Amino acid sequence: MGMTMTQKILAAHAGLDSVVAGQLIEADLDLVLGNDITSPVAIKEMAKMNLDTVFNKDKIALVPDHFVPNKDIKSAEHCKCVREFALKNNITNYFEVGQMGIEHALLPEQGLTVAGDVIIGADSHTCTYGALGAFSTGVGSTDMAAGMATGKAWFKVPGAIKFNIVGKPSKWISGKDVILHIIGKIGVDGALYKSMEFVGEGIKNLTMDDRFTIANMAIEAGAKNGIFPVDDLAKDYMKEHSKRDFVVYEADEDAVYDEEYTIDLSQLKPTIAFPHLPENTKTIDEIKEEIKIDQVVIGSCTNGRIDDLRCAAKLLEGRHVAKGMRLIVIPATQKIYLQAMEEGLLKTFIEAGGIVSTPTCGPCLGGYMGVLAENERCVSTTNRNFVGRMGHITSEIYLASPAVAAESAVKGYIAAPAV
Amino acid sequence: MKAIGKVFKYGDNVDTDVIIPARYLNSSDPAELATHCMEDIDKDFVKNVNKGDIIVATKNFGCGSSREHAPIAIKASGVSCVIADTFARIFYRNSINIGLPIMECAEAANAINAGDEVEIDFDSGVIFDKTTGQSFKGQPFPEFMQKIINAEGLLNYIKTK
Repeated sequence: MGMTMTQKILAAHAGLDSVVAGQLIEADLDLVLGNDITSPVAIKEMAKMNLDTVFNKDKIALVPDHFVPNKDIKSAEHCKCVREFALKNNITNYFEVGQMGIEHALLPEQGLTVAGDVIIGADSHTCTYGALGAFSTGVGSTDMAAGMATGKAWFKVPGAIKFNIVGKPSKWISGKDVILHIIGKIGVDGALYKSMEFVGEGIKNLTMDDRFTIANMAIEAGAKNGIFPVDDLAKDYMKEHSKRDFVVYEADEDAVYDEEYTIDLSQLKPTIAFPHLPENTKTIDEIKEEIKIDQVVIGSCTNGRIDDLRCAAKLLEGRHVAKGMRLIVIPATQKIYLQAMEEGLLKTFIEAGGIVSTPTCGPCLGGYMGVLAENERCVSTTNRNFVGRMGHITSEIYLASPAVAAESAVKGYIAAPAV
Repeated sequence: MKAIGKVFKYGDNVDTDVIIPARYLNSSDPAELATHCMEDIDKDFVKNVNKGDIIVATKNFGCGSSREHAPIAIKASGVSCVIADTFARIFYRNSINIGLPIMECAEAANAINAGDEVEIDFDSGVIFDKTTGQSFKGQPFPEFMQKIINAEGLLNYIKTK
């Protein structure tokens, strides 16, 4: 029986010729990731069990990014715990404030994730690296601890859903519209326990940053991972960013898929997820009333990359945010921050009346840097709009692309740019 | 092993942000996390929960963030088991890895009411609603996961291997 791309990667890392959906395997890990929220729990668990060495100091990435620069004393203690562990174990890929970025933008940029890898991360959006043709999935702190100690993790081999991508997107349509459209179609548990396998001629019309955004939100459909084929664009990205060799796996012709969908990019419209689930999507033309908003956030592991900032800046150039609007722009890594500065994007954001922050996950999970008050509304390029996610339980989050976010900041209500 | 307790009932897609809001993730202390458990979906949960009580929910329980703080908070609040129609996969893994008993059973998840007195036999997988007299059969864990649970968590299991 044929295997999917995900199944082939898992089989190779488990030392098996083939695997089938539902099979329990133990796989070798190429990278284990943690952040300032999840790593302290893993580090304490390791200490409690007297597991005092790591399997490979080069294959662990520790990225304090959620509540840094330290937002309060407790967060500072967490970061200190991670820093001390990194120093003690001589962890190669520890990223201090000043060199860091939001983990899922940072690791591909640093060349730490490549096609054919098996990666676990104690952060649900670890599935981002599927954009490069890797198997990567989010786990909890105990799995992270076990991974750091042994270099292995157990997996149940996932079944798969195939998304056949065709066509070319219209102006202002980006990866965020693609993935929100898909989640709206299949629901927040539509891919539960499964892999989302993206294929088709339309993929060539998606930039790498589009693909990172799409793979990033596979978890919002309940998926174990999302994965793209490795084309020339992906190979060029990896050659530019990484010194590591990559391995290209391709799905067998007779691979088994539980379901198949065709997504025609040319038919997609700006798509917005209404409170309080990413599946509550509407296209812009379905929104009849004027939904007034208080804040716009452009950033996060989903949409804080250079393409996203360029798109927002293009719309904000020479314009100003609506009266009373708070626009918060957060480049996802220091490198992206610098690039945005050199390209003059930051000037555009500031002149438009926005603020620009150092890389942090802060507002996405209601940590800091943009927490919402009672009944406030935010259009955000982040990934979750659950109750209380960004602040008060009566506040509302509308998930959208950088284009919709930027246009909404200017208009003061949910809006998409004119085509 | 058995669990007996009063049921707290919730609906679909209970996410980890409402189980333990991120504003409390500057702590990783189980007892402290437990004082905010379910706060954004049920502000009286912490006040009303007693040791041994049971959470019952429908589809996709524990969706969202990978924070292990979510099952840790539930376990530390005294809950003896979570029954759901389905669980989000990271929450499912995390629960097994930290030794929080969970059980998938669509019939029980839909039929059991808030406040019912329920008894769960983990060995047989039988869920008995003492209030209504109904009985359900839960999905037993695969042998491999049972070993992790019996070892009281993944790290213990690795140590003993």
